[in-house]
Amino acid sequence: MNTILLREKAQLMRKLIMQSIAEAGSGHPGGSLSLAEIMSYLYFFQAKLHETDPLCPERDRIILSKGHAAPVLYAALAAKGYISEAETLTLRKLGSRLQGHPDMRKLPGVEMSTGSLGQGLSVANGLAMGLRLQGKPNKVYAILGDGELQEGQVWEAAMTAAHYKLTNLTAIVDYNGLQIDGHTSAVKRVEPLADKWQSFGWQTVTVEGHSFTDLYRGFHTERDGSPLVVIARTVKGKGVDYMENVADWHGKAPSREQARQYAEMLGVSKDAG
Amino acid sequence: MQAKLEATRDAYGRALLTLGETRPDVVVLDADLSKSTKTAGFAAKYPERFFNIGIAEADLMGTACGLALAGFKPFASTFAIFATGRAYDQVRNSVTYPRLPVVIAATHAGLTVGPDGGSHQSIEDIALMRVLPGMQVWVPADGEEAYQMILAAATVESGPVYVRLGRQPVPRVSPEGYAFVPGTACVLGEAAPVAIIACGVMVDASLQAARLLQEQGIRSQVINISSIKPLDKSLLASVAGRSELIVTVEEHLVAGGLGSACAEALAANKARPPHLMIGVDDRFGQSGEPQELLAAYGLTPERIASRIAQTLAQ
Repeated sequence: MNTILLREKAQLMRKLIMQSIAEAGSGHPGGSLSLAEIMSYLYFFQAKLHETDPLCPERDRIILSKGHAAPVLYAALAAKGYISEAETLTLRKLGSRLQGHPDMRKLPGVEMSTGSLGQGLSVANGLAMGLRLQGKPNKVYAILGDGELQEGQVWEAAMTAAHYKLTNLTAIVDYNGLQIDGHTSAVKRVEPLADKWQSFGWQTVTVEGHSFTDLYRGFHTERDGSPLVVIARTVKGKGVDYMENVADWHGKAPSREQARQYAEMLGVSKDAG
Repeated sequence: MQAKLEATRDAYGRALLTLGETRPDVVVLDADLSKSTKTAGFAAKYPERFFNIGIAEADLMGTACGLALAGFKPFASTFAIFATGRAYDQVRNSVTYPRLPVVIAATHAGLTVGPDGGSHQSIEDIALMRVLPGMQVWVPADGEEAYQMILAAATVESGPVYVRLGRQPVPRVSPEGYAFVPGTACVLGEAAPVAIIACGVMVDASLQAARLLQEQGIRSQVINISSIKPLDKSLLASVAGRSELIVTVEEHLVAGGLGSACAEALAANKARPPHLMIGVDDRFGQSGEPQELLAAYGLTPERIASRIAQTLAQ
């Protein structure tokens, strides 16, 4: 695992997230930024993906159930080279392939149209069942928000995955502790997280979601015949100091100037590093 | 000769067994109602291709989507009330928005569910499904048509199909050699001044109503519009051009169902006769035996015939 490469890709994604949302004038930076390392780890190390063909039949599948983090998905697809960096600037514009929430029919590389929360894990289950039925070795990854866990369908799906022993499925919870209305603990408590998943029949591992080595440890948990959930402790808005742990940046766009300054800062820190 | 009765849900179960043999990509999902929805036969014969999702209709729809993404042809079944109401957002956003080729085969639609009562009688499902962009909506009138529809649904790759199935055995109304084609209505009988357009169990009721009207000297033609979406608009236009009265009859709310679909299609038509819309008027169902309920809600042949006669006399 080349952590220097993964770090670079995560930083590139952060720059594209800031620029694309600033250009759009709306969008969800906080929960996109918190996923940068996780997406970098998945797209550039963990998942088996084709170098140029996002629809390669032998690929692993990554479903972004928390579809409002679309900017980080588009940034990952751009970092991967499936789309151009310039296209990320069309986010949320009329006629763009980069819809406000991911649309699989508009943009190859989007595995499932998501955005109405709580639905992605069910879809990931079906995919995992289907791939297994076909005898394919491919894995399915479903990325959920912690606030999203308040949706009842998540727990219907959790029960299904355990019942069908979907060992080719891994769920990732972006555990940043914030949702639109504030701290998840204040809006509606989702803890104890690991206990909940375990009681639903899942194997759990809790990791630091901004550490590639810790993500590696989590994803390489020895499997016990159950589906695995990687609970990734993250910081909402991670990497943009004034956004970190501020619920208000869940769904507010930075200005173009803020995006420019951020890109400049990244450039400086990269040179310094 | 006593016509052979078959519930459309039984025909569904029969069609699934055919598909199980001919289509290895067909998978079936249910939500703990497999004996009632008649998916149990497929489950017993093809257990590796059957997934019971338990009492979790939202999850049922999402899981079907995942199987579709993997390249399978999923049939997702539960009662119509749950498929279209309980899981509406999943049907909208996970199934229909990405145009996934999931077949939602929903049984126990309409008042004829019977004693389970209003909470379980889906009288709004046609409305809910047909407003979804790209969703096809099919309502078979008898077992033969249901069987054909299920086989046809298995060939649809462009997006989802909603098939509305019933609990009660119904007589065959489809003509010999009938072949279901989406978007094509089935005309039953000669052209006449009154066109009675019906779907589902109301096709047989309408045929009986037409016979009662005949006894009064009122000539009518029954048309089975089993494909509510896509709708046979050209046939509707020609019917509108030659009829004195159009009647729609459905085991569904008047609002949003077959009648509404026909009215929308004909609204801009210059030669448009009056349109009598027969169905359930802005109220929920209730417990009772199916025939009692149809009588209580004005959906018997006698009531259909009398309302048509009254309208003509106005």
